[in-house]
Amino acid sequence: MPVTLKIFIAALLINNIILMRFIGLCPYIGMTTDVKQSIGMGFAVTFVMVMASTVTWSLYYFVLVPLGLEFLQILIFILIIASLVQLVEFYLKKAAPALYMSMGIYLPLITTNCAILAVTFDNITGGYTFIQSIVYSVGVALGFLLAMLLLAGLRRRVRTSAIPAFLRGNPILFVLSSLIAVSFMGFAGLIK
Amino acid sequence: MSRRLSVFLQGLVIENPLAVIMIGLCSALAVTTSVANGIGMSLAMTFVIVASELIISLFRKLIPESIRMPIFIIVIAAFTTMVDLVMKAYFPELSKAMGVFIPLIVVNCIIMGRVEAFASKEGPLDSTLDALGMGLGYTWVLVGMAVVREILGNGTLLGFPIMPESYQPILFFVLPPGGFLVFALFISLNQILKKKWLESPLGCPDPEGGK
Repeated sequence: MPVTLKIFIAALLINNIILMRFIGLCPYIGMTTDVKQSIGMGFAVTFVMVMASTVTWSLYYFVLVPLGLEFLQILIFILIIASLVQLVEFYLKKAAPALYMSMGIYLPLITTNCAILAVTFDNITGGYTFIQSIVYSVGVALGFLLAMLLLAGLRRRVRTSAIPAFLRGNPILFVLSSLIAVSFMGFAGLIK
Repeated sequence: MSRRLSVFLQGLVIENPLAVIMIGLCSALAVTTSVANGIGMSLAMTFVIVASELIISLFRKLIPESIRMPIFIIVIAAFTTMVDLVMKAYFPELSKAMGVFIPLIVVNCIIMGRVEAFASKEGPLDSTLDALGMGLGYTWVLVGMAVVREILGNGTLLGFPIMPESYQPILFFVLPPGGFLVFALFISLNQILKKKWLESPLGCPDPEGGK
């Protein structure tokens, strides 16, 4: 199996960012009350994640490393992501109002989404090349979308089921996630 | 009960950042596979939230309303970088075990939320108390989860074996699904505590009129 495909599958299923690594749990719990909403959020995250990876990777290797400023990584990356999201928002508002209507409301929320920041750090610590980092971010983002969709679908069923009193409300969501995570562990043997 | 004390106690149970407001969950579930990691993460987090709330509260009148968010982020990122570098230098093993979760403190919604909702409006003393309360509320859930997960999943506590030798560790609890399940039980526990607390004479009236 080619390395890039391995990276993609590992990011999508085996190390699913939400279910296996617990990153990006806030939108996972907060934005899955409705299937449509979770899809919107998922695609907005995909878009921003790929862009953020591209920009932060280039910046790290072409600016921070030559100048010896690696210790500023956290500060610079979070600022880059915040301003990038703002720019995208302005651009979409002007150039593609239809897309903005469907995706725009999620964009401000993404700035402080740990999934985006985590992926940009992973690209550096994993030592990926430029192409690999893009493949990795697409894999992670689709994994995020998949997990969001699964929970959103299950939450529909939960609304009409009888749940033990001590698990009503938020606890049941985590019990569900636990069960989804168990099934995702089955993917662990996919890559040798 | 004095106002100061109630500011401090809010974060423990009634407004517990993890179990009630449900923010900043990522690190809580990921690092609680061992008690040492749980304590390390709680200390790092408490330091960043106390320092950020104090600094922002001191400068709250100087920060222009329109660009407050970027300023908050820079302050939080600066303290996070400090913690990250100190941990890498003095506790390399702990830093390695927690990996990306130390830099991720910067986007931990608990800090951003408290800075925005509390420190940008109240004085330095109140802000510090609020931060300490939130930090302590975060700590008890984190350490509690870590204790349960390490004992059941590994048979040890802080690395020392405490279960009888015949005990077969339930690996499930240190794996990701176990984290979700233990957290579900902790939210449930906190809901019961919150109910008891509000009924007891210690319970302070909910500032927003009981929601």
